Amino acid sequence: MEILSQVLQLLFSGLTVGSIYALIAIGFVVIYNVTGVLNFAQGEFAMFGAMICISLVGMGLPLLAAVILTILIVSVIGGLFERLAIYPARNSSVPTLIIITIGVSIAFRGIAILIWGTQPYALQPFTENNPIRILNAVLLPQNLWAIGISLVSVFAMVYFFNKTYIGKAVTACVVNKFAARLMGINPEKMSLLSISMSAGIGALAGIVIAPISGASYGMGMMLGMKAFVAAVIGGLTNAPAAILGAFLIGILESFTEGLWSSGLKDAVSFAMLLLILFLKPEGLFAKASGKRV
Amino acid sequence: MDRTDLKKIYNNSLAGPLIFAGVLFLLPFVVQSNYILSIMIMIGFYALLCNGLTLLMGYAGQISLGHAAFYGIGAYMSAYLSAKMGLSPWLGMLAGMILAAIIAYIVGIPIFKLKGHYLALATLGFGVIVYTAFKELKDFTGGLNGFFGIPTISLFGFEFNNDFRFYYLIWLFVILGILFSRNIIHSRIGRALRSIEGSEVASDAVGVNIMKYKLQVFMLSAMFASLSGSLYAHYITFINPNLFDVMTSIYLLIMVVIGGASSIWGSVIGAAVFVLLGEILKSVVPLVFPNAGGEFEIVFFGLLLVVTLIYMPNGLSPQLEKLIARFRRNKELVPAPVAAGRDGVESGGDQS
Amino acid sequence: MSGQQTILKVEGLTKQFGGVAAVHDVSFEVKEGEIFAVIGPNGAGKTTLFNMITGVLPVTTGKVYFKDRELTGLKPYQIAALGVTRTFQNLEVFSNMTVIENVMTGAHLRMNTGILRAGFRFPSVVREEVNIMEKAMECLKLVGIEHLAYERAVTLPYGNQRLLEIARAYVSEPELIFLDEPLAGLNSEETRKWINVILKMRENGMTFVFVEHDIEAVMSISDRIVVLDNGIKIGEGTPEEIYENPKVVAAYLGEEEEDAVSC
Repeated sequence: MEILSQVLQLLFSGLTVGSIYALIAIGFVVIYNVTGVLNFAQGEFAMFGAMICISLVGMGLPLLAAVILTILIVSVIGGLFERLAIYPARNSSVPTLIIITIGVSIAFRGIAILIWGTQPYALQPFTENNPIRILNAVLLPQNLWAIGISLVSVFAMVYFFNKTYIGKAVTACVVNKFAARLMGINPEKMSLLSISMSAGIGALAGIVIAPISGASYGMGMMLGMKAFVAAVIGGLTNAPAAILGAFLIGILESFTEGLWSSGLKDAVSFAMLLLILFLKPEGLFAKASGKRV
Repeated sequence: MDRTDLKKIYNNSLAGPLIFAGVLFLLPFVVQSNYILSIMIMIGFYALLCNGLTLLMGYAGQISLGHAAFYGIGAYMSAYLSAKMGLSPWLGMLAGMILAAIIAYIVGIPIFKLKGHYLALATLGFGVIVYTAFKELKDFTGGLNGFFGIPTISLFGFEFNNDFRFYYLIWLFVILGILFSRNIIHSRIGRALRSIEGSEVASDAVGVNIMKYKLQVFMLSAMFASLSGSLYAHYITFINPNLFDVMTSIYLLIMVVIGGASSIWGSVIGAAVFVLLGEILKSVVPLVFPNAGGEFEIVFFGLLLVVTLIYMPNGLSPQLEKLIARFRRNKELVPAPVAAGRDGVESGGDQS
Repeated sequence: MSGQQTILKVEGLTKQFGGVAAVHDVSFEVKEGEIFAVIGPNGAGKTTLFNMITGVLPVTTGKVYFKDRELTGLKPYQIAALGVTRTFQNLEVFSNMTVIENVMTGAHLRMNTGILRAGFRFPSVVREEVNIMEKAMECLKLVGIEHLAYERAVTLPYGNQRLLEIARAYVSEPELIFLDEPLAGLNSEETRKWINVILKMRENGMTFVFVEHDIEAVMSISDRIVVLDNGIKIGEGTPEEIYENPKVVAAYLGEEEEDAVSC
């Protein structure tokens, strides 16, 4: 029973972290699909989400209003990022675009230091946080919030891309930019839209994790990098596979931390990244015969 | 044809490096300030490091987001061999370079099968793993507590134990490094590297073994980084893993890009701009933002990086060279030589 | 040209993409000193065939021999080391170099300098550089663009970039050069210049195999021709024989009809 409850406990925390990675990873895959940019600043959207939400709550705004306002603000930041940094360099090479997003990510971190300083902040849990016991493993309601919100967002995204006109337009740009343009869809607008939207989802991820692990200016970097790992596990272009990858990484990390050493969890994730890049760069869940796009 | 014809394509003149060396030599006598000296020494470490990275990124067009790993490997190797085993720092330096080259070789074989985004991510992953090793291999590195008591370096009883003395040591290495790199660029090897950046298919077709040269330049840049790390360890005498984390790799990237990845002098310019700007910002920004603490200066570096890449993708060095060329033309009324390799990362041939 | 040694032998080369054969069971032989052309309508599989022979694409089945050496399975740089090189349909000059450096890079295999010797710049390195520069200049003279030697390669007009690619291939003293649609985008004046360069090089003993869409130019300089259609060899022979081959005529007429329809 002892072992079972420990395993269950690690599974809970893995799923919680995984759901945060998943939210960031989806935004990441959406941006990559629409613009071809590997966005190193993705994790910073989560950081902004957490920090801005904490500030707004601190100003006395009710939590729900703060969350909505935060997502809007970060979406606007995402839009500015697209207009000021990605759009002017859209014809640059892959390394240049990568370095530009790195530049933006450290600028974002610097801005966060100037506004909030380097100290950590906390956000109150969304609801009363009385632990729930399942087989001696403790599950906090905030963990359920994290997993729940991420699952709902994922389904909302799938609905958006497959059922709504704008979503289909974005998908069309992914499939064939030229044809999309012929159909009267403007890929540049779609690029703006997809990056703002991904920023908004990233912000949500930051807000959800803030009550669990706190928030500080530097939280975005590792979150973003883990989302990379998740996305690569999914083959970079496949959102559902990236979500699976995110949960896989979350669970892997939580077990590494629980059974081995917390210092090694980053290295284990990245070792996984390297293994996949070297052995199966098309992603872990790609069909064996599948075509590479 | 004779060697004067070579000058039409490669400016191999020693005048530039000699003037540069002369200015550096005189500087400590003109500006008698330990603060300035210590800043110059920092620039020297970074310039040496960026020198190798520029060969890799600017000439061969291969991105590395994990180069701080090699910097750290040199520093820890030197520290361990000299402080724990009592060996000469020079031996530690050599051992560090050999280890760095071996690791670069082993890691390079799978990594350089990747291109574009995947290459960037893989080098990033490598950086994180090595950083974790520095943190966790506590018996060797002292973990996060750091590694204390690294001896200073000495040559025939002459100890480089103060800023004045060390200044000359580090800049000697920088200048030798620049000459070495410049020689490589102006040769068959340099053309092979640049051909990889220019067009991999054509490079392959003319018989360049792309994998071999990517590996060689990666190993060489790792050795430069390791050398710089060793010297740093013997200068500062105390190191900890955070000096070699992912952020440091990103700082190196900033220096290379700002200086201009396609000129070997760009490494010095980039390092100087990075260190000097950092110092200026640290004294100016608190006047405006009294609460600012930590590494707030990164906001400016981030913006500088973005602006540079959008508006000046070849970095600062081509601008500077244009100025020098114009100055020369006005004086001597001879056409400036057509110099090599003015393309920055933006013309990278590894669009995948 | 008959009676001379076979320099290239292609045996039953096949390439399948998924279930579709882009090239099916193509065989031919090229003799030393020949100008040999592979022609065919768009999508006939010419470039695929070329990429297989030069090691860019792996073959599905079949074999390629250069003299007695098997080329199948070798990488392009290994094939280049044996004395076989190529130019590209979509110009691949090194845009980050000057014209003469492009040609000097072409001589990579004729040089020995390694990374350490280069770094320390031994006197031998300088001698080698001077030699190669001289040789590169000769090649530029041969193709007639020596006055552009110190220009940046990207600033050259299209026709001159094509000549530069040939000079870059020629400088390594290969025995066989593959030219992938070398006339695409050239005007008649440039085409004439280009043909002269090829004929001059052939006098020096070079063998050429080229893929071309423009049938008129091919007929005027080729010794022998292979015609592909839908990945299958439908004809082989001298230009006269090809003109009279009904299959070839039909393939090309068919294409013209398709063109007419699509317009």
